[in-house]
This record gives sequence, C-alpha cells and structure tokens, in this order.
Amino acid sequence: MARYVMKRIVYMVITLFIIATVTFFLMKLLPGSPLQNQEKLTPEQRQIILEKYGLNDPVPVQYVRYLGNLLKGDLGVSFQYDNRPVTELIGERIGPSAQLGFQAIVFGTVVGLLLGIFAAIRHNTWGDYTATVISVLGISIPSFVLAGFLQYFIGVKLQWLPVAFWEGFEYTILPTLALSVSVIANIARFMRTEMLEVLSSDYILTARAKGISNAAVIVRHAIRNSLIPIITILGPMIVNLMTGTLVIENIFAVPGLGEQFVRSISLNDYPVIMGTTLFYSALLILAIFIVDILYGVVDPRIRLAGGNK
Amino acid sequence: MEKILEVKDLHISFDIHAGEVQAVRGVSFDLYKGETLAIVGESGSGKSVTSKALMRLLPTPPSRIKQGEILFEGKDLAKLSDKEMQNIRGAKISMIFQDPMTSLNPTMTIGKQVMEAILKHQEISKEEARKRAVELLQLVGIKNAEMRMKQYPHQFSGGMRQRVVIAIALACNPKILIADEPTTALDVTIQAQILELMKDIQKKLGMSIIFITHDLGVVANMADRVAVMYAGKIVEIGTVDEIFYNPKHPYTWGLLASMPSLDHKDMELYSIPGTPPDLLNPPKGDAFAPRNPYALKIDYELEPPMFKVSDTHYAATWLLHENAPKVEPPQIVRDRVAKFAQIVARKGGGSRG
Ligand SMILES: Nc1ncnc2c1ncn2[C@@H]1O[C@H](COP(=O)(O)OP(=O)(O)O)[C@@H](O)[C@H]1O
Ligand SMILES: [Mg+2]
Repeated sequence: MARYVMKRIVYMVITLFIIATVTFFLMKLLPGSPLQNQEKLTPEQRQIILEKYGLNDPVPVQYVRYLGNLLKGDLGVSFQYDNRPVTELIGERIGPSAQLGFQAIVFGTVVGLLLGIFAAIRHNTWGDYTATVISVLGISIPSFVLAGFLQYFIGVKLQWLPVAFWEGFEYTILPTLALSVSVIANIARFMRTEMLEVLSSDYILTARAKGISNAAVIVRHAIRNSLIPIITILGPMIVNLMTGTLVIENIFAVPGLGEQFVRSISLNDYPVIMGTTLFYSALLILAIFIVDILYGVVDPRIRLAGGNK
Repeated sequence: MEKILEVKDLHISFDIHAGEVQAVRGVSFDLYKGETLAIVGESGSGKSVTSKALMRLLPTPPSRIKQGEILFEGKDLAKLSDKEMQNIRGAKISMIFQDPMTSLNPTMTIGKQVMEAILKHQEISKEEARKRAVELLQLVGIKNAEMRMKQYPHQFSGGMRQRVVIAIALACNPKILIADEPTTALDVTIQAQILELMKDIQKKLGMSIIFITHDLGVVANMADRVAVMYAGKIVEIGTVDEIFYNPKHPYTWGLLASMPSLDHKDMELYSIPGTPPDLLNPPKGDAFAPRNPYALKIDYELEPPMFKVSDTHYAATWLLHENAPKVEPPQIVRDRVAKFAQIVARKGGGSRG
C-alpha cells in the first residue's frame, strides 16, 4: 500500500509538471497583450513594462524562471491587481468557491443517492419513472439555465432568497442548488443502475434466504456494494463541479476563484490564469487520488490486492 | 415416514411483456423427514423456479403463484405474509445456490455473513453468535475457523465458499435444506467433497434435502427419491432404484441415455433431440411429444395423467395406459440399467435407506 501511494504521488507530480508546461506555452499563444490601453503608451513605456515583467526575455528563459518560481511555491504576481502575488489572490478567493463546491457535492451526493436508491427499490413503478425523469432533466439542463430560472422564480418572483451576492448563508443556497442539480442527476442515475444490478445478484438472494428483512437486505448488503462504483464517478463529478463554479459564480456574483479566473482571462492576466489553472489541476489530481484511496478502503478485494498478501 | 412438506398442484407464472410464461404448471410432491429428494431435468424445466417458490424468493412481480399449496407445519407457505415467511426462511427452510463465487457478499466478512443468519432467528448475544458461527464453519470443514471469520469471500476458493454458504444455511438447524445445483459450478474433485459433506451433515443433523441437479450421475449417490421435471411438470417420480432400474417415461430414458458414461471405453454421448417447448405458449397434450420417438397420437391431444407404477413410483406417459402398445426402453438405456445393476451388485449393496 505504501509503495502504491508513493508511486501515485510521483505520477501526480509528473502530471502537474506537464500541465504547468502546457499552460505556459498555451499562454504564449494567446492573442492580445496584457497591457491595457496600449494605444496610449509610448513604445518606450511599453518596453519598460514588458522588461519589468520579464516578457522580453526569450521564451525558454521565461519558462525556466517560471518553473524555478513554481518550485518555491511562487506563482508570480498579477499584471492587473496592483502587482499582488497570485497565491495571495487565490487565497482570498478560495473561501466562497470551496464553500460552494463543498455544499454542492455534499447536498448533491446525498440527495442523488437517496433518489437513486428510491428509484431502484421502486423499479418499474411510477416512483422509478419520476426519479428517472428528474435525473434526465438534471443532466440535460445546463446549470446556467437553471441558475437563471432559480434567480427569477425564487429570487425575484417569490422573493424567498437573495438573487445574488455573498453576504451570508442564505446567499449560498441558490448557487448551491444550481450547482448540485447535475450532481444529483448523475449520482441518482448511476446509483439506480448499480442498485438494480446489485439487487439482482446472487448474494442478495443468499441474504434474503437468511430471512432478514427487506430493509436489512438493502441497508446491509445492497447499498454498500452499490456505492463502490459510485466512488469512481466522484472524480469526474468534481471536475464538472469546478467548471460549473466558473459560470455559476459569475451569474450569482459570488466573489470566488471562478469569477476571478474568468475575469483574468478577459484581461490576459497571464500569471493569474496560469496560477489558477495549476491550482485547479492540483486540486483535481488530488481529488482523483483520494477517490482511488477511498476505493481501496471501501472494497476489501482492492485493499488486499494492493498490499499485505 | 413422516411428511414434512407437501406441495400440491403448484402453478407459477411470470407476467412479461410478451405474455405469461408458465414456468411451473402443476407440480405436486411430498418430502419426508430425513430423506433426500432429487429434482432433475434439463435446464429451463422449472427446477429453480419451483425451489425458489418454496422459499418465496421469487420477485413479485413479475412472478406469481397462480394456484396450489405449499404445506409446511400446518401452514400454506404460498399464503403467508412477508413477515411470517421471513421467520421460516433461514430458520426452518434454508437454501443454497449454484454459484459460490457470486453467492456471498464480497464486502462483508465471512463471520458477519454467518452471524447475520444466527442473530436474525435466535435470541442470543453477539458473542454467543460468534462462537456458534465458528462452530458452524468447523462443522462444514473449514480449518482455522477463528481466523477465517475475519476474512472476505475473495480469500476463499470456490469449494471453501460453498462450504461457507452451507454453514449459513445450517445456521439455525433447518428442517429442510434446498440445494439448487450446489456443485454445478465446481470442478469434479471439489464437487465430490461438497456432496460428501452434505451427506455427512444430513446424517448428523437429520434434515430433509431437496437436491436440484441436471446431472443424473450425482443423483445416484445422493438421493433417496427422484422427481424428473420437464417443461414445468413432474413427469416421473420414484425411488432412486425405480428411476434407475425401471424408468418408465421416455424423457427419463433420454436423460439416462445422455448421462456421461460410467465405464472406461466411452460410448458415444447421446442427447435428446430437439429443444424444450416455449412456456409462453405451452403445447397442447404432452409437452414432450414432439421430441418423443415413442409419442402416440393421443400425446398431441391430451395430457397424460400420472400413472401408478408402484406405491412410490408414478409416471406421466400414455405408454403406461393399458391400451397402449408395449414399448421397451431403447437399447442404450437397457444397457445402462444393466450396468447400474452390475455396479451395485459389485459393491454388494442393494436398495438404499
Ligand atoms: N424472471 C423470469 N421471467 C420470465 N421467465 C422466467 C423468469 N425466471 C425463470 N423463467 C422461466 O421459467 C422457466 C424455468 O426456469 P428455471 O426454473 O430457472 O429452470 P431450471 O430448471 O434450469 O432451474 C424457464 O423457461 C425460464 O425462461
Ligand atoms: Mg436452475
């Protein structure tokens, strides 16, 4: 197990290195310049500014310097936000994004699981069909459409919850809902399929043949075994959620990482773009790593295959 | 002998989109205390559906018990509520299934899976249940039972898993053990060990066994009586000796002829021509008639009743009617019957208990 973890960590570092390299060179290919109002600058002024940020050096030099800084945990300074370090900018903005993502994952997973289990137990009845329709809708409706819908009906019409901004828990509810719908839908659909498969397996028959109640069969035998494959989709789900936050934070004017990321792209703020991309990638790689470890914890077959024999 | 279970005219159907699959079409048999009744027949003949119905393990829908009674200890199991049935399942009647590789929960320890059955039906503490589980594992021949309790199914071989499944089934000393092709998925040597174990345990605990198989070879050394099933019906039933030495139904002849050979120089393997009927639209008359070289005209018109051969031996074929032409079993079957007799004579054993 320890060897497996070490190996995975090495791979994670290599992956991050590749992502850092790719983003760096892609950045060089971006059209436009980070300088605003360039027309008003004299060529000399432009030179001074480019010099100051090291943008005049040959690309390989810039690349090596960038990697060196990266190793020290330095993501550079922003071109736009008063030369503030990118790490500081990310640190300031991560709070709302993390809260939103966390709430959406937890709420979405719990509701999705319940919906999936319900549909499987009620297989081929109205309960099942309703749950299936809900998850198909949830998968096919983009979160920004849903966000607008929620803002209009719950925020504007009914005035139950604030339409936008970030000033307390009630402000988090609508964006969380908008984000979690796709989580609910995906998890419900997956859980339903898994549960149906598990419920038709031989060991469920063995369990029922013991005379234990239907509830005990479902709780003790069916749910745990259905959950194992669910863990694998949590990785991609988190990716989904992260890209989702980019849009949702903008719609609900949440002062999060995503909102800042989108802004930095429109401003050609290279260090912020690269820093945030790397940060997202690192989170993602970490999430996938944790998911894999979790898989081993839940499934004894994998736990042993990896380690003490 | 004391009757422990009485199945009367059991009909089971599955309602599917295409219509009604009549999987079991009037099965009746008795099970006596301490005996082993084998149910044999080709795949699809309704053996599993019948046995699951006794345990009420068939999902409803799509299945339903259309008609018939399953009498056990003065109650009709076909009419019990789910709750009442749960108290019988695993306690008084237990079941083991075909594939030990898939019939244990892969994420639960062996110990927990055995203890679960004990704790459901007995008012004892966890610790006592644990002790009892260890004893059960020892009873079915699992060594290091204490240590094995903490392991998961994937750490057991197929044969060992089937022993665990048997231990679970025995958790509450059931009166009836139903085994649905318990050795079909195992290789020959392991198969022999499991069969030996089942006989051994039956001797110790004295329960009745319903042993389902498509392999007549296994039946000869396991069963006291044999019921032969075809297309959802029992077509012949009798003691092992009656079925092996004096088979009356052409389908039983076919099964005997298609048994893998007992002697060294293998005879050509026979198989019954044709395929079983579609139970969505069961044919008129005798369902076996189209595959039966001895079929009479009446077979296509009218279903044969059970004709009595002896007090314990019945067969549903018009050939037993007094007006029917006298027909001998085919040569290959007569050869085999003679061979069985030889083997038994050599072993010096006649009829069995
Ligand atoms: N869930 C089901 N839905 C429809 N038909 C079924 C179902 N289960 C079994 N059957 C039908 O019942 C018949 C008997 O099956 P089974 O009892 O499994 O045969 P076997 O003798 O091989 O154990 C088969 O024709 C099969 O197609
Ligand atoms: Mg079967």
